[in-house]
Amino acid sequence: MDLNFLEFEQPVAELAAKIDELRHVGDDNEINIAEEIAHLETKSRELTKQIFSSLTPWQISQLSRHPLRPYFLDYAQRIFEDFEELHGDRAFADDSAIVGGLARLDGRPVMLIGHQKGRDTKEKIYRNFGMPRPEGYRKALRLMQMAERFGLPILTFIDTPGAYPGVGAEERGQSEAIARNLQVMAGLAVPIVATVTGEGGSGGALAIGVADRLLMLQFSTYSVISPEGCASILWKSAEKAQLAADAMAITSDKLNELAMIDGVVPEPLGGAHRDMEAMVATLKATLIAALDELDTLDAAQLQALRYERLRGYGRFKA
Amino acid sequence: MSWFEKLIPSRIKIEASNKRTVPEGLWAKCPGCSAVLYRAELERNLEVCPKCGHHHRIGARRRLDVFLDPDAREEIGEDLESTDPLKFKDLKKYRDRLAQAQKQTSEKEALVVMRGQLKRIACVAAAFEFSFMGGSMGSVVGERFVRGVEAAIEDNAALVCFSASGGARMQESLFSLFQMAKTSAALGRLRERGLPFISVMTDPTMGGVSASLAMLGDINLAEPHALIGFAGPRVIQQTVHETLPEGFQHSEFLLEHGALDQIIDRREHRDRIGRMIAMLMRRPRP
Repeated sequence: MDLNFLEFEQPVAELAAKIDELRHVGDDNEINIAEEIAHLETKSRELTKQIFSSLTPWQISQLSRHPLRPYFLDYAQRIFEDFEELHGDRAFADDSAIVGGLARLDGRPVMLIGHQKGRDTKEKIYRNFGMPRPEGYRKALRLMQMAERFGLPILTFIDTPGAYPGVGAEERGQSEAIARNLQVMAGLAVPIVATVTGEGGSGGALAIGVADRLLMLQFSTYSVISPEGCASILWKSAEKAQLAADAMAITSDKLNELAMIDGVVPEPLGGAHRDMEAMVATLKATLIAALDELDTLDAAQLQALRYERLRGYGRFKA
Repeated sequence: MSWFEKLIPSRIKIEASNKRTVPEGLWAKCPGCSAVLYRAELERNLEVCPKCGHHHRIGARRRLDVFLDPDAREEIGEDLESTDPLKFKDLKKYRDRLAQAQKQTSEKEALVVMRGQLKRIACVAAAFEFSFMGGSMGSVVGERFVRGVEAAIEDNAALVCFSASGGARMQESLFSLFQMAKTSAALGRLRERGLPFISVMTDPTMGGVSASLAMLGDINLAEPHALIGFAGPRVIQQTVHETLPEGFQHSEFLLEHGALDQIIDRREHRDRIGRMIAMLMRRPRP
């Protein structure tokens, strides 16, 4: 099995393997083989289109955690110019699961903050699998307040399984760190655009996710608990994660329908990792447009509208 | 088994275990000291064990009843009820779980909010009902809390919240997660007005409630020996694969690590919180 392909993509993987094989034996009768390759590639595209036109929430959840999916630093380096990372919470440590810093978006200075996962085992451990500790949230808070002081818009990128469930994290006030961010972000006087690029894992995601515009990449997810976590509590078995993913409305299209988010950023065929350049271009254009829109508001309007948004969350009857 | 029990001849021990035939509800066994307590006495003592001081859980309505001044009370948002925006169904339908919780607790939702007075100072008080779906925070809990904050701003009142919650309500998924942001934002407004928020964390205060409104008190208090934290101890154990420190995530542990201002016995809440609020609001001694 090709690990670059998820289980439900295996028919595509088989075609890709065949195309690869043909390329290797390609020297003898070139014309026929080129034709055959072109034919197979078309077929592969059609097949991918077909598979991706009807993905289940569980399949999308797997895509959102795909090992090749672009992470925050991939976007930071490609969408922005002059990225200068800023480290540390000034109190305890620098948490490498959250990265932040100054950058320019199409020339305009902004503050970036994002969860960062690792690609290989070593980096995964270094990044703590994208699960921040309190010092990560406090670094984010420090940078957001700095952005406010200097009038820079804040762009956040959400991609985390959740806040880290560890002894030290609890000792240093994980709850307080998250809560403080929620409260301060609600009142910041600069525009905030949050984009869920991968996994939007619960409070650990929300802690950098209070925003004037909340966007989701097409194959990202956002939920109160992971499908596995939900399944193990409500279904008493983590293996029912598929059912939990269905029930919780975690996908971008569902959440858009429910008006919980402001927009879905379409991904290239097969997902963001199949064509990083195209993904970067789409996301960049979307972020520029979002900031342009927010530019028309002054600080007081921005704060009032943001509060109204937050105040309006929830469904109930009287 | 204590050293004393070991000394008791087995014949007598059997007699002791026959006590189980006593009608249920008349007696309660204290999980703190294993003393068998007379229910009525425990109730009079605000569900605190008179022998060892163990804090048993107490219902939201009872808590507010003994906390606020008896007159001039008004409940806030009592008519609000959960809808089921996702038509959520696990092994059971969310609707059925709600109906069952409502029947069991005689409450419509997991948070009760009252405006009134505390020692003659205007005060809005909220209390989580843990027996209502684990005190989980869904849309109605969030909305009632925020209406409580708004009432406090309107009345120029102090706000007190007694938390007891497992966290966010999974059956409302993102609607429930976003209540964290909603309640925290509202508390920000209260803060701007210079009105005090006293957060009292009781057993248990976990997850999304701990990581939003409960930790945002001007003064953070807790009842003795309450479990308070973000991630549950079992999840942490599974993640770190090591034994958790003694007393981990209990009030005393949080106080030691600087997350709490004080641990206060439930029987002193009214007097002590009243006293603190009076000072913060620069009023005469109550």
